[in-house]
Amino acid sequence: MEWINPIVQGVLIGGLYALFAAGLSLIFGVMRLVNIAHGDLIVLAAYLAFSLVGLTGLNPLMCLVLVVPLMGLLGYALQMGMLNRVSGGDVLPPLIVTFGLSILIQNGLWTLYTADGHKLSAGALDTGSLPIVPGLDIGYMPLLTFVAAVAIIAGLQYLFYRTALGRAFRAVSDDGEIAQIMGLDRARVFAFAMALSMAVVAVAGVFLAIRTNFDPFIGPSRLLFGFEAVIIGGLGNLWGTLAGGVILGVAQGIGAKIDPGYQILAGHIAFLVILAFRPRGLFPRIDG
Amino acid sequence: MADPLLEVSDLGVCYGAAQAVHDLSFTLNAGEMLALIGANGAGKSTLFKAITGLVPPRRGDIRLNARTLLGLAPGRITAAGVAMVPEGRRLFRSLSVEENLILGGNVGRKGPWSLDKVYAVFPILKDKRHQPGPSLSGGQQQMVAIGRALMSNPQVLLLDELSLGLAPVVIKDIYALLPAILGEGLATILVEQDVSRALKVSQRCLCMLEGRASLAGASGDFSHAEISAAYFGT
Repeated sequence: MEWINPIVQGVLIGGLYALFAAGLSLIFGVMRLVNIAHGDLIVLAAYLAFSLVGLTGLNPLMCLVLVVPLMGLLGYALQMGMLNRVSGGDVLPPLIVTFGLSILIQNGLWTLYTADGHKLSAGALDTGSLPIVPGLDIGYMPLLTFVAAVAIIAGLQYLFYRTALGRAFRAVSDDGEIAQIMGLDRARVFAFAMALSMAVVAVAGVFLAIRTNFDPFIGPSRLLFGFEAVIIGGLGNLWGTLAGGVILGVAQGIGAKIDPGYQILAGHIAFLVILAFRPRGLFPRIDG
Repeated sequence: MADPLLEVSDLGVCYGAAQAVHDLSFTLNAGEMLALIGANGAGKSTLFKAITGLVPPRRGDIRLNARTLLGLAPGRITAAGVAMVPEGRRLFRSLSVEENLILGGNVGRKGPWSLDKVYAVFPILKDKRHQPGPSLSGGQQQMVAIGRALMSNPQVLLLDELSLGLAPVVIKDIYALLPAILGEGLATILVEQDVSRALKVSQRCLCMLEGRASLAGASGDFSHAEISAAYFGT
């Protein structure tokens, strides 16, 4: 039981990492855009929820009803207004633009909200847990996060491979020119992909804010976890991304069990080991 | 005589920094096949890019049913009745055969072609409809590319390098199927490296040399020497 507990908790936190990563994976899959501001957008969603909770007094989980569409709209506008100017060609310009966006969001949040840490409370869910066997409890929030991650990834998978919008995503990613001839407007398809990515970011941000303290500058480390989950799982494979998140979480759990100071390090080591032996990740789907 | 279906007049197209098509004029009537021949770099593919709206022309006009196509987005041009089988097929590789075909009909233009009809012409595609495009043989991929173009119910079909990279026996099969496709009164512009085959199946031909028309007329009217001179510019 001594070892089973950190592994189970690691699996559950892996769900949160998968939520960080799913939007990143989606955007890269559709338009080969590496969104450096992804982590900061997660934090932005957390602050948006923070403000809504302050304004309305709603449970942060209820706030998702507003945060998800708002972030989706923001994603659509961001892509239409800015990122489409650099998307779809060379990978470097969007990298630089989103890097700038990252700095902008961090400092904007710092100006608006100061550098103080905040945390959201989901009420009784925060501390409640489900006793499985003596010595192994599963917290409601980690469980809910994991279930949400599985549901979101299953939903994205369905959308990607079973719907007209998903077909448009794949077609535009395969051959933008021919897709245009087929009447698909690349700019709008990209904007829908970004809106979807930001909707997932909204969920990730709210769950992050309930789980842990956040301040304007924690985005880049969430981005790093997200990147690692995507790379471990293999580019373009959504279920692989979930597996990547779980592997990262379990490695961190085991590391923390050995010595609390090893928690983050163990995750990075697991990532590096997998990168060394499987440079394309465990379940790659996209070439190059 | 009725207006031509497609009319290209004084067309000039630049591709990158270079001008690829100069002062090109020709017409295409309903139900007719025009063979477009010429060496690599003569401007044939650029002409197709201009007609489909992928590259805006520098000057001149392209009219379909007496309406200009200039300024229309590529999807609108497809909806107006122009479809292309691109050089190298360019199937969507992460889409299944059937999804490729469905996307071909994405602009929603009404007409005789449907999934069932494409499967009737190319029965092998029905067996492979759930497979990804790249898993098919070259000839089968070409069938998907043709089917995808037909799904938009075009009036004008642009066929770019139909036989490129295919085995001779497969090329023969594809050409044997052409009458079943063109039986619908489609007008076609055929780009083909195999000049004698192109002249045999077409009614009229247009030879391009360095972006200009070097020869135009009925396909049977020219001697081998005349065509060779127009093709190579000797």
